[in-house]
Amino acid sequence: MPQIVSANRLTDGIVVFLAASDAWVEGIAGARIFDDKASLEAGMATAGRASAENIVVDVAPVEVAQTPRGPEPKHIRDRIRAAGPTVRTDHGKQAAGL
Amino acid sequence: MALYKNGAFVDDRWRALPEGEAAPVSGHAIFPFDWWREERGAFDGSNVPLGVRVEPGADLAEIAADIKRFSVIALVFPKFGDGRAFSLARLLRERYGYEGELRAVGEVLSDQIQLMQRCGFDAFEVTDAITEKALREGRIPGVAHFYQPSERKEVPVGSRPWTRAPG
Amino acid sequence: MYRYDEFDAAFVADRVAQFSDQVRRRLAGELTEDQFRPHRLMNGVYLQLHAYMLRIAVPYGTLAPRQMRKLAFIAREFDKGYGHFTTRQNLQFNWPALKDVPAILGHLAEVEMHAIQTSGNCIRNVTADHFAGAAADEIEDPRPYAEILRQWSSIHPEFTFLPRKFKLALTGAPRDRAAIQTHDIGYHVTRNAKGETGFVVYAGGGQGRTPMVAHKIREFVPVEELVAYTQAIVRVYNLDGRRDNKYKARIKILVHEMGLEKFKAAVEAEFAAMKPDELKLPQAEVERIRAYFAPPKLPPKPARSEALEARKAADGKFASFVEHNVTAHKTAGHGVVTISLKAIGAIPGDATAEQMEAVADLAETYGHDEIRVSHEQNLVLPHVALDDLPTVYDALAKHGLATANIGLISDIICCPGLDYCALATARSIPVAQRISEHFGEGARAKEIGAMKIKISGCINACGHHHVGHIGILGLERKGVETYQVTLGGSGDETCSIGDITGPGFSEQDIVGAIDTIVDTYVANRRDVSEDFLTAYRRLGMAPFKKALYERDTGADI
Ligand code: SF4
Repeated sequence: MPQIVSANRLTDGIVVFLAASDAWVEGIAGARIFDDKASLEAGMATAGRASAENIVVDVAPVEVAQTPRGPEPKHIRDRIRAAGPTVRTDHGKQAAGL
Repeated sequence: MALYKNGAFVDDRWRALPEGEAAPVSGHAIFPFDWWREERGAFDGSNVPLGVRVEPGADLAEIAADIKRFSVIALVFPKFGDGRAFSLARLLRERYGYEGELRAVGEVLSDQIQLMQRCGFDAFEVTDAITEKALREGRIPGVAHFYQPSERKEVPVGSRPWTRAPG
Repeated sequence: MYRYDEFDAAFVADRVAQFSDQVRRRLAGELTEDQFRPHRLMNGVYLQLHAYMLRIAVPYGTLAPRQMRKLAFIAREFDKGYGHFTTRQNLQFNWPALKDVPAILGHLAEVEMHAIQTSGNCIRNVTADHFAGAAADEIEDPRPYAEILRQWSSIHPEFTFLPRKFKLALTGAPRDRAAIQTHDIGYHVTRNAKGETGFVVYAGGGQGRTPMVAHKIREFVPVEELVAYTQAIVRVYNLDGRRDNKYKARIKILVHEMGLEKFKAAVEAEFAAMKPDELKLPQAEVERIRAYFAPPKLPPKPARSEALEARKAADGKFASFVEHNVTAHKTAGHGVVTISLKAIGAIPGDATAEQMEAVADLAETYGHDEIRVSHEQNLVLPHVALDDLPTVYDALAKHGLATANIGLISDIICCPGLDYCALATARSIPVAQRISEHFGEGARAKEIGAMKIKISGCINACGHHHVGHIGILGLERKGVETYQVTLGGSGDETCSIGDITGPGFSEQDIVGAIDTIVDTYVANRRDVSEDFLTAYRRLGMAPFKKALYERDTGADI
């Protein structure tokens, strides 16, 4: 299953995703998709460096399905992380249309 | 590893005696708890300086009769989150009247040193580099207002019998 | 209420400075996350699902209006305009930035508040009856003792690295509104034959993975020995509590594995070995602290308020509010007003900055400057003249705070669950919202009567599901949320752990299952005076199980 790499930004804790440019983006749509183990390992290594440089914390890979709207996490927990609280759709990424 | 005592890093004249090794006649050895219980007979009537190492979970009552015999008691923090040695330290100082060196060994981190001192520790075997650096720079994180009486030289403040300030 | 003196203020300032320095070092890269985590946890900062979370201590649930205003200010300035009142009588902000936390703590210190020991394996915020000092049935206000314990446990050198977290609760009335038997230590104020005040001591209660009702370990501890006896219990726990498995590390497991008699003997031996005057509380000092909690001087009034009665006669909604949300006060002509943070379909325990300010205004104008937070996630104005109730009610209604449902089926305790919490296995809030909407606040809810539903989003049981009359635990089965139901739990003086009905229910089916349980109760109760808990204790699980699992599925219609 394809995966993306996620973390929380150190300064404010906001959920971020590793993009193709190696930058961290807030929207899951911009997340880089890793299709195989080797590329995921490289992505995790990049993320590990960002963690060592105190840019992000709690780095973890997230299983996703590719959909026309972009990557969609397999697990409900990761879907809520990517969107925001289901009971407060006025907050989180969903509120910003991310 | 470095030994921090009385506000400075000092030479450690003590050696941790491995379990089963013959006791040195000159002393200055810190016995493992169980090994001391086997070897104590060898030191009857002797007054060479001796130490013992106490792991959390040990029953102090088993060495109660010897406690004043020791110059060093090392209490072990296997992990920084394992706080049993804090209670053992207070018991040694307050209940057993131990007045020798009370040494914290194991995972000893800078943010716990003030708590350890307040429980009666006066020596710290430091292995953590950040802690060593902080101590060398004279930075022991802590507060200057306490809500409990302690064994340290502290002064009561106000009318509450439990409030203290550093002495 | 208690006011800081210079010493207390300096202590909090020390701690703010200490943690601010740790945050600075972390942001500067001088501390790794592994090194920083224990520090942030000891100051109430968690990393949750979407962002950091800051948990602020509200000692024994007592708040002054200026403190409530400060919380509103922080909600607006540093968060998203709202906060969440928890089952530990604390307040949580869901979106603070780490870089802002030192500033937030600075603002809190200005109003004598902090986040110290709201997490970590230490003695947590001490909780107490939210009606303390006001309720008609009270023997004595437990808060002076809670305050003494709060102080003594603050950054305790011996007890900051316990095997696990440690929770103390106190109550001063025969009716236990503080759920003391679900705590590590519960103190129940009592009087001995000589009329002296002391405490019945309970220990070893707790929820989580292995719920246990506390055991009574002593009939009477005199006031002067309160701290000493607490030290004896906590020391036995610190030395002998399990540290090999975090799910077996609470004191309840120690009591269980040692056996009650051995545990009691160990505590008594430790207590007896203490130096005679160690930690003994001088009476004068207890009196001095008690004076802070002196009840407001309430003007004498007739027991019956004509203004109240007139409005009741004219306004059914108001009458319903008085019936459900107003409790008898010690002083004639006054009432204890519970403000529901459970509007129908709302998120239990959430309050907006505007609502916080509205409550602060009312407390200032009509409530003698006192506000309480209940572990049931509501707010309380403990001292309101019955004559003022119509005005207070109208002001509450303007801010969506006048729902007349206290103690009814929509007054649900609910933890944040998977909508916010990093540890959750399922969402809890949407379930609470749907149950609340399903039953509403109309005739059906009244017909059902007293009912406590409690919902947790994982086995940690922050939503107290084990002691809900109906408890709901959100779990995950093969990636799908499922909900296990328990019946017959209670957190009061008749404390009991609920029984599991059987297999769990899907997110779709859970509201229907609750409906079935409620119908079964209504159909089987002796009469309307037999509430759900009493009926369940008489009937047992059988009729409910039958209704839930053996009903006609309709498949062959
Ligand atoms: S019960 Fe579980 S999901 Fe709910 S707040 Fe506690 S840890 Fe989080």
